[in-house]
Amino acid sequence: MAANESALLFDQPGPRMLRRIKIINWVAAIVFVAIAVLIIMRLHNPPDGENQLSWELWKPALDGEAWADFYLPGLWATLRATCLAVIGAVVFGLLFGVGRLIPNAVVRGVCGVVIEFCRAVPVLIMMIFFWRWFAFMDLPSPAYWAVVISLVLYNGSVVAELVRSGVGNLPNGQHEAAVALGLTRTQSLLSVEVPQAIYAMMPAAVTQLVVVLKDTALGSIIMYTDLLQESRRLGSMYFNILQTLVVAGVVYFILCWLLSRLAEWLPVRMQQRTMAPAEPEPVAPIAILDPSNVNQIAVAREERPLGGSQRLYHVHHRGTNASIHNWRRTRYTQGYDETQPQSQIARDGHQHHHKGRNGRTRPDPDMQ
Amino acid sequence: MTQRTTMRTLLRKGLAALCALACAAGVAACGSGADDGDGDVIKVGIKFDQPGLGFKKSGTYEGFDVDVARYIANQLGYTDSQIVFKEAPSKQREAMLQNGDVDMILASYSITDERKKAVDFAGPYFVAGQDLMVRANDDSIKGPQDLNGKRLCSVTGSTSAKVVKEKFAKEVQLMEQPGYAECATALLSGIVDAVTTDDIILAGLASASRGKLKVVGKPFTEEYYGVGIKKDAGSKDFATKINAAIEEMEKTGEWERAIENATEGTGYKPNPKYNPPKPDEGE
Amino acid sequence: MEGFISLFQQYNVPAAFLVNLELTFWSALFSAILGIVLVLMRISPIASMRHVAGGYVEFFKNMPLTIIMVFMVLGAFAQLKLSFSDNFETNFFWLAVVGLSLYTAAFVCESLRSGINTVPLGQAEAARAMGLNFMQSATLIIMPQALRGSVAPLGNTLIALLKNSTVAAAASVATETSSLMSEMIEFRPDVIIQIFLIFAFGYVILIIPIGLLTTFLSNKLAVRR
Repeated sequence: MAANESALLFDQPGPRMLRRIKIINWVAAIVFVAIAVLIIMRLHNPPDGENQLSWELWKPALDGEAWADFYLPGLWATLRATCLAVIGAVVFGLLFGVGRLIPNAVVRGVCGVVIEFCRAVPVLIMMIFFWRWFAFMDLPSPAYWAVVISLVLYNGSVVAELVRSGVGNLPNGQHEAAVALGLTRTQSLLSVEVPQAIYAMMPAAVTQLVVVLKDTALGSIIMYTDLLQESRRLGSMYFNILQTLVVAGVVYFILCWLLSRLAEWLPVRMQQRTMAPAEPEPVAPIAILDPSNVNQIAVAREERPLGGSQRLYHVHHRGTNASIHNWRRTRYTQGYDETQPQSQIARDGHQHHHKGRNGRTRPDPDMQ
Repeated sequence: MTQRTTMRTLLRKGLAALCALACAAGVAACGSGADDGDGDVIKVGIKFDQPGLGFKKSGTYEGFDVDVARYIANQLGYTDSQIVFKEAPSKQREAMLQNGDVDMILASYSITDERKKAVDFAGPYFVAGQDLMVRANDDSIKGPQDLNGKRLCSVTGSTSAKVVKEKFAKEVQLMEQPGYAECATALLSGIVDAVTTDDIILAGLASASRGKLKVVGKPFTEEYYGVGIKKDAGSKDFATKINAAIEEMEKTGEWERAIENATEGTGYKPNPKYNPPKPDEGE
Repeated sequence: MEGFISLFQQYNVPAAFLVNLELTFWSALFSAILGIVLVLMRISPIASMRHVAGGYVEFFKNMPLTIIMVFMVLGAFAQLKLSFSDNFETNFFWLAVVGLSLYTAAFVCESLRSGINTVPLGQAEAARAMGLNFMQSATLIIMPQALRGSVAPLGNTLIALLKNSTVAAAASVATETSSLMSEMIEFRPDVIIQIFLIFAFGYVILIIPIGLLTTFLSNKLAVRR
C-alpha cells in the first residue's frame, strides 16, 4: 500500500539518494524518540503534583480487583450497548435504505428526510435528549436506552446510505436482467439488487462498527456505566484516574483495532458474492447526499487495456445503476462513458430502454 | 401413526419449553435479576461513585449512606442479604422513586421544597454543608471569600460553584468536570486551587487522597440529607418507621462510628451545630 | 410555538452554535495543516516517518474522542501543563481545539491519502517519462488530481468535525450546544421536545449545505477516468 503511494511521487532512489534517506531516517527516528522521552520525563517528575508513573498509582489500576469489579463489568456494558446498537442499526438501515429506493415517491421522500435528519444531528445531542426524555417518561434504565437508540439512529442512517450506494454501484445489467426476467422494479430491488448491495457494504459496515464502539464512550457523559465511566469510578477510589483512563483507552484501542483488521480482511471474501466493488476506502465511504459513491481508489488501481488508453468498453461496475436512474445529474459523474451515452439519459419508468436504443449515435463497441 | 403424533407433540412441547427458557433468560439478562423477589427484599438507591458516602467496591458497597441504609433496613426487619442496592444518579432520583424502582433513596439527597412536590422524605439523617477542599499544604484559603482570583472546580450541573461565585467571590474562575474524582485529580496537579461541594463528600475524597488533600472545615450552607421515599398513602407510616430507626442509630453511637469510618484520617467532624439532626420529616 | 419564542428569549442559542462553529473553524484549520504534514510523512520514502505517521493515524482512528478530550484536560493541561491562557474559559476552548485537531488530523490524513490513491500510477510514470522533476510532477500532475479525489472524504471529515465539536463538553467547554441543551432541559423539562428540535434543526441547517457543497464540488471537480 505505502509503496504504491510513494511510487506515485517518488522515483526509485539511486545510491546517493538511498544514503541520504538513511541519514534522514535516523535523524527523524531520534527526534521522535526524544519527544517521547521528554513527555515521559515530564510525567515522571511534574513541576507540581505526583509522579504519574509510580507503581503506587498503577497497581490499583491494573490488579485483579480492578478488572473484576470495574473494567470487565464496564466492558460488558459497552459491548452490550454496541451489539444491540449494531443489530438495531442494521435493521433500521435496511428498512430505510430500501425505503429510499422503492418506486413509491412518498415512502422514498419520508425515508430520505428521516435518514438525512439522523445523519446531521450530533450523537451527543441525541443521547442527552433521549436520556432526559426517557427519564421523564419513567422508562427503566434511561441512560442505556438513550445510548442504544441514539447509536441506532445515527449508524442506521449511515447503513441506509451504504445500502443505497451499494445498489447504485451495481452494474445496471443486474437490474435490466431482473426486469427482463419479468420481475417488477420492487422485486428486482429486493431479490437481486439489495442482496448484492449488502455483501458490497459489509466491509464498510464493519468499519462503521468501530464508530459504534467508539461512540458508546459518549455514554459516559450521560452517566451510562460503560468502560469509560467505570474506569473513572475506579480512578476516584485511589485518585489514579489518569492511569485507569489509560487502561480503558488501551482496551478500546485493542477492540477497535481488531475490528479494523476484520474490515480489511472482509473485502476479499465479499467480492465473490457481488458485482459491486466491495473494497472499503480508508475513510467512511459516503459523501453526504451522494447516492452513488464510486470507489475512486479501485478505479485508479484498475488495469487498463493497452496501458492506459481510453477505455473501449462500458465500465460496467461504476455506478451505472445510479446514473441510469439519473441519481446524479452532471455529465462529470463517474460512470459516464462517451461510448455509452445512454447510461446518462433520464428515464421515467421503463422508457429509457427505448430512448436508449433509439438515441444511440455510435455503433456498439462490441460489434465493431 | 400414533407414535409419530406423540413424537410431534413431544417436539412441540420441547420447542415451547425452549422458547419459555429463552424468554426467561432474555428477561433475566435485560433487567436485573435481583428485581424478582417482591416483598422479601428492600431496594435502596445509593450513589456508586462517591467514596465515603456510597461506593461500589468488590461487589459490596461502602460509605456513610450505605451504613445508614443498612441500619434502617435492619430495623425495618430485613437482613443484610435482603437489601438490594441500586445506583441512583442525581438526575434520576425522583423518577426512580416514582416508578417504584427503589423503595428508598439515600444518595446525598437534600430535602428541598422543590423536591417535596415530587417525592416524600424521611430523616434528615445528616446535615451537611457546602465546604471547600484544598491541598494539604495550602493555607491561603480559609473560606469561600478567599477564592477571588483563584480557581475552583465543581461537578457539571451542580449549583454549588455558582453559589460561591455569586455570594462570596466574584472573581473566581470555574472549571466543570463530570465527577469529583476529576476535580480532585485537578486539585492535586495544581491546575485548580479548591474543590467545592458538601463537606461529607469532600471528607470522603480527602480520606482517599493519602493525606494530600484537606477539608477547610467552615461549611457555609446547610443541606439536610433525607431519605427519599415514594409519595403515597403509606408514606407517612413508612417515614415514621425510618425516623425511629435513624433516632435509634444516633442513640446507640452507630451513627458516629459510621461517620468516623467514612472519613478516616481527615480529622473531619460534622458541623456540631446541626448534627446529629432530629429526624422528624414526613411524619 | 410560544414555547420556542420563550426559549429563544431566555437562552442565547445562537451564541452556543457560534462556539461550536469557532471550535470547528480552528480545528479544521489546524487539523488540515497537521493532516498535510502527516500525509507527507506517510507517503515519504523515509521509513521512521512513515511508521510514526501510520501509528498516529491508527491510534486516533481507534480511540474514542471522549477519552482524548478528557485527557486534554487531565493529562495535557493538568500534568504536562499545556496552557493557553490564565482565563479558564479561553484555556479550555483552546484545549478542546487541540484535542479535536489531533483527532481530526488522522482523518484528514486518511482523506488526503485516499485522494492520492485515486491517481493511477500511470500518471506519475507519464510525468517522469516527459522529464518532469519531483516538484513539477507533484505540483502539476499528482496533487491537483489527488485534491479533487479527496474533496468528498474531506467534506465528510468536516461534517464529522462539526458534529464532534459537541464532545468539547468533555473538555469542560461549558458554553457549547450540548452543554446549553443540558442546561435548558434541566430548567425547562416541560418543553424538552422543542429544545431538542431547536438544536437538531440547528445542526441540520448547518450540515446540509456543507454536504450539498461537497457533493457539488466533488462532482464538478471529479477527474473523469
